[in-house]
Amino acid sequence: MSASDTPARIAQRQKTRNRWLLSSPALLIVFVAAIGPLFVMLAYSFMAKGDYGGVKPWEFSTDGWFGVFFSRDIFDDTLTIADANVTIFLRSLRLSLLTTLITLAIGFPTAFFIATRPARMRDVWVFLITIPFWTNILIRTFAMQEVIRNEGIINTVLVATGITSEPVQILYTDWAILFGMTYVYLPLMVLPLYASMEKLDFRLVEAGYDLYANRIQVLRRIIIPIVKPGMIAGSILVFIPSLGAYVTPRVLGGGKNMMLGNLIELQFGAGRNWPLGAAISITLMVLVMVALLVYVRYAGRSGGQHHG
Amino acid sequence: MTDLPSTQELAIDVSGVSKVFGGEPGGFRALDNISVGIRNNEFFTLLGPSGCGKTTLLRLIAGFEYPTSGKILLHGEDIGLLPPYKRPVNTVFQSYALFPHLTVAQNIAFGLEMLGRPAAEVRDTVDRMLALVKMEPMRDRLTNQISGGQQQRVALARALAPSPKVLLLDEPLSALDYKLRKEMQIELKRLQNETGITFIFVTHDQEEALTMSDRIAVMSAGLIRQVGTPSEIYDRPADRFVADFIGETNFLSAEIDSVLEDHAILRLPGGGLEKAFLPKGAKTSGKVTAAIRPEHADLVPEGADGGLRGTLSNIIYSGSSTHYHVRLHDGPDFVVRTQNSPDNKLEFSVGQAVGVRVHDRCVQALED
Amino acid sequence: MARSFDVKTQPGFALIAAFCFAALYLPIAVLVIYAFNAGESIAVWEGFSLRWFVTAMSNTAVQEAALRSVVIAVFAASIATVAATMAALATTRQGTYPGLSFKYAVLNQPLMIPEIVTAVALLIVFSRIKVWTGYTGLGYLIAAHTAFCIPFAYLPIRARLESMDSALEAAAADLYASPWQAFRRITLPLLKPGIMAGFMLAFVISLDDVVITEFVKSGGQETLPTYMLGQLRRVVTPEINAIATVFLAFSVLIVIMFFFVNRRKA
Repeated sequence: MSASDTPARIAQRQKTRNRWLLSSPALLIVFVAAIGPLFVMLAYSFMAKGDYGGVKPWEFSTDGWFGVFFSRDIFDDTLTIADANVTIFLRSLRLSLLTTLITLAIGFPTAFFIATRPARMRDVWVFLITIPFWTNILIRTFAMQEVIRNEGIINTVLVATGITSEPVQILYTDWAILFGMTYVYLPLMVLPLYASMEKLDFRLVEAGYDLYANRIQVLRRIIIPIVKPGMIAGSILVFIPSLGAYVTPRVLGGGKNMMLGNLIELQFGAGRNWPLGAAISITLMVLVMVALLVYVRYAGRSGGQHHG
Repeated sequence: MTDLPSTQELAIDVSGVSKVFGGEPGGFRALDNISVGIRNNEFFTLLGPSGCGKTTLLRLIAGFEYPTSGKILLHGEDIGLLPPYKRPVNTVFQSYALFPHLTVAQNIAFGLEMLGRPAAEVRDTVDRMLALVKMEPMRDRLTNQISGGQQQRVALARALAPSPKVLLLDEPLSALDYKLRKEMQIELKRLQNETGITFIFVTHDQEEALTMSDRIAVMSAGLIRQVGTPSEIYDRPADRFVADFIGETNFLSAEIDSVLEDHAILRLPGGGLEKAFLPKGAKTSGKVTAAIRPEHADLVPEGADGGLRGTLSNIIYSGSSTHYHVRLHDGPDFVVRTQNSPDNKLEFSVGQAVGVRVHDRCVQALED
Repeated sequence: MARSFDVKTQPGFALIAAFCFAALYLPIAVLVIYAFNAGESIAVWEGFSLRWFVTAMSNTAVQEAALRSVVIAVFAASIATVAATMAALATTRQGTYPGLSFKYAVLNQPLMIPEIVTAVALLIVFSRIKVWTGYTGLGYLIAAHTAFCIPFAYLPIRARLESMDSALEAAAADLYASPWQAFRRITLPLLKPGIMAGFMLAFVISLDDVVITEFVKSGGQETLPTYMLGQLRRVVTPEINAIATVFLAFSVLIVIMFFFVNRRKA
């Protein structure tokens, strides 16, 4: 028995062991069925592709990574930028950013509206936002599909009122994906915005008006700076799933207007290029991580300013 | 009083106990080689400012912490390393910690059930406990449906139900308002008399400690500064910390003029001589501090027979008494407190030159 | 009539909020209404009828998919809830300790990674295991669902535990309850609303999953969402509206239950 084996230390060691024992099932499940496979995928991205999908095990190759942005001509071996992939990357970024901006533009006034209701009514309004949030994403996408299709309610109204003579093709365009993602991710913007606006002290707003600010100035100089953390959190919560969206572009984009998620699926399906699919997946994951890191950095800093 | 009780009479014997949090050597030393004996059936209070180690000592006795070194004996048996559920010691928690999903009766029955007592005995004991704390009408209420004072009673009944050898009380009255606290002080004392169980009571409220305790241990910075009866602690503080922490005290630097038996003649600022009590083993010459309670001195007109002289700088009226602040000619401020009564009005005004007369046998000589 | 100056309004905000709520509910409303269409079209209204609900209910593919969805959700949510409860006990009310932030990171990881990425990573690993072992049962789907359900089950359980006074367990120990008795008699009953809320969240999340299921499932293992995804590629009839409507009603019911369970205070 060493000198360090005091009863207090033994008890401490026991506590540490129990903590690990108790958390181990959850840690193990997440590791086996979520984290571990990511490492296997990383390994796959550095292998040669199999002829009918899969990979040639242990055959090292960087073709997968190479193929993310470049393509090699089969006949003369010349290098060209892989236009199709670049287009899809840019479309994903563009549509995700636009989705974030539109949900912010709609979500901000909505969250403000909810936060300014009487305390008891607020829960009801928040509940109304939460219901679509918990509704299956596929059902919501399908609902959007029905609204924007050629025989849908929008086109019916457009034609009936004579604004257009025949239905506008929205479905299977980038617009359809944009509408769909905005619709699907809108609650993700409203909820964190509301959480920060609920805490807004309206005496500060009164002080602003007292000091000769008009409504726009109060909004710009007082409300927005205070609820900025909520705006950033909401933007991150919308941007990240938009970037990795799969269901919405698949249903509303109709196959030719792909986003990253669909490009990945293609490599694992008809494309039969698993290493390329793995490489694109990891690229997407890195993009998301970068967005998260920027958020943590920024949120940490602005949080410090508020409390400092 | 002076001879030490034998181990048999001690309910709790703490010997050489230290507790270091966060590991040596950089850790925080909450208790530093503490030794204290708590007698059977006494109401013992651990008194001190927050962070002095009193709650840590209580948690060590309860078993929520293990000592870094030293021994804790319960009626001669070493319990220092037993888990809390194997110690015949119960606690009344500061927050009461009543189980919110159980009724008052179920809370009281909990400990007995865990001990595996037969159902009939549990029922009888619960009835007896409910009667003891006068909570019979509330027996089937949930604990969040009763008032703070009632919760306090349930917590007491719950801890007393298994008839522990020692009851530990961790600042149990601090959440109550003043009037209720006064009531519960008397109630606690009654319960202790009726049950004959040893109570160890932790508080930072000196008035509470003086009112309720048989004996008090005054703690500061992980050390026990003095153990004694309330009057010993109040009238004969062992050192300057105790004198300062308990009640109000005037401190004057003085010099020992001569020593007779347990008394010394002190030369106070201004040259006056006062007879002072000298603690055992204290030094018998040189500079000491004279401690004098404000109520142990009278304000007298200048020129009257009084050892200290100064100017009246402030008069603070506070209902039952009045505080007079005197700026001594040769030293610091001296506070005199007098009881107020309608026909006893001292006619002094601020700025007046006055004298202070100290009561006989009311000066305590303390080493610095 | 003079009205007082309202500091809590901004021009146009109420209008945009009204648009927001209308936009959120209108498409769902249209979807539900056409589930009751008597005709074959999901665009032309031909009168009220329950025929598509009857069609959907008697469609064996739908029945099987629905049953499979529920079986997977029950297993995944149950395992995830038990694991998350244990993890919450180990990561709450302890102060910080070495390894705690590692645990948080692992437990929340499924929330941080795009679903499609996890889905193809699982496809890679599970397809290999399927070849090696020959087993192609529901186990893969249950394992995958359990993993992404864990953070959702963990959140409400941890929140509940954090609001519980640890003096209660200390009091139980003081009253002669062994650690197991204290857990069984005090911690668990008080934690129950959190555990129920965690289970319901995990259940809904598992039931709703499309992407991971689509990539992990073996042949013939359609769940209700993947069945619907497959149907959307064809000419759709109001049958799919009827399926969606029932699904929707079920989810909303669970969410409402979740709200009430989670609202109950300690």
